[in-house]
Amino acid sequence: MLQDIACGEASCNTDGVYGNDFGAPDDPAGQSLLDQVEAAERELRSAAERRLAGDDHLQGYFEAIIEADQKVEPRDWMPDDYRRSLVRQIAQHAHSEIIGMQPEGNWITRAPSLKRKAILLAKVQDEAGHGLYLYAAAETLGVSRDELVELLLSGRQKYSSIFNYPTLTWADVGAIGWLVDGAAIVNQVPLCRCSYGPYARAMIRICKEESFHQRQGFEILHTLAHGTPAQREMAQDAVNRWWYPSLAMFGPPDSDSTHSERSMAWKIKRFSNDELRQRFVDMCVQQASVLTLSLPDPDLRWNAEREHYDFTQPDFDELMQVVKGNGPCNRQRIEHRRRAHSEGAWVREAAAAYAAKRAVREPAGV
Amino acid sequence: MSDTPLWEVFVRPRRGLAHTHVGSLHAPDAELALRNARDLYTRRQEGVSIWVVPSAAIVASSPDEKDAFFDPAADKVYRHPTFYDVPEGAGHL
Repeated sequence: MLQDIACGEASCNTDGVYGNDFGAPDDPAGQSLLDQVEAAERELRSAAERRLAGDDHLQGYFEAIIEADQKVEPRDWMPDDYRRSLVRQIAQHAHSEIIGMQPEGNWITRAPSLKRKAILLAKVQDEAGHGLYLYAAAETLGVSRDELVELLLSGRQKYSSIFNYPTLTWADVGAIGWLVDGAAIVNQVPLCRCSYGPYARAMIRICKEESFHQRQGFEILHTLAHGTPAQREMAQDAVNRWWYPSLAMFGPPDSDSTHSERSMAWKIKRFSNDELRQRFVDMCVQQASVLTLSLPDPDLRWNAEREHYDFTQPDFDELMQVVKGNGPCNRQRIEHRRRAHSEGAWVREAAAAYAAKRAVREPAGV
Repeated sequence: MSDTPLWEVFVRPRRGLAHTHVGSLHAPDAELALRNARDLYTRRQEGVSIWVVPSAAIVASSPDEKDAFFDPAADKVYRHPTFYDVPEGAGHL
């Protein structure tokens, strides 16, 4: 399995932010993100009640499930490529949550108040939790946790390239919450309707929690933007630095995206990279005006004909460089992860030894 | 970690409701499984009670055998109240 799911160097991270992007069948424009998550949850329940066309053939049964918008569950038959795609995408998403703790963890000891510190701790803890929900979902596909951890530590599987940028000031914590988590939500809300049951259920849980992350970031920036001139300048600087990397989170333009078409057919992915990127830009323009901060794009303007904002695309060459390992913090992030893992080895060993000792003493006890 | 057993986690959201499966986790023993489950699945007061069950202890019917396994129920429509015609005027039925 290990060989199968480790992908070639550059091909791995080209899908989108955390893995991939998906979408609601109806136009979600007027709904809040949380409404969309709840709609996905309702649809999950109602689809399950629909009768399937009842094809005895395995492939036919699988296709009927997808066709009826029902969920594929771990013990169902599924095509090998479907399984492989999912493992790759869910694992990459899980790795992103785990590595994603680092940029913000960098500011926990330096948060400007006890309140901000408590909130940031809770947020980083959520990210660890999201990583664990996702690893558990990936494991239902037959890959072990050890294999997944090894694929991350050896660099054979990637995590979202956004976490290879540094957090230079406190305002970066705000910008990450608003822009990075905001982009992640736009990408992830459609994943709540993904055709693989365990992944869809994990995403529903994650999206509900993620919305706190985005709001706390927005609040940090709002406070700074309405503070002293220096604080305001710091907030604007953070937005300037995080804007284009956040746009790049949606992955390469549709014309270059490697896995999209098949993922769409399998209802793993429901919207293209470019559609989601546009949706994100349209959302941010209004929010930036509430923050009274500007987005660093001189060509950003409303296009009445398209009914969308025109904007400058992120630098996709830079994205590919960061994916290949040449971003500002790639080495630091993975070294830190390796160190944390090896320094925690004694805890895992001690817990296992204690469990073994107790199992001998009280064979039936808990 | 491969030696670390997998546990399935069930949470009772509030009194009066049944425990529902919420996900799984790894832990060396039951006590740590419970603590990890609390931190992982009830960070926002999602439950008043948690069960953890070793995944290896669960016996499951396979969806592949769906038809044969659940067939006996398919031809017994008379188990449902809607099978019966209730004469006009009969109350409390």
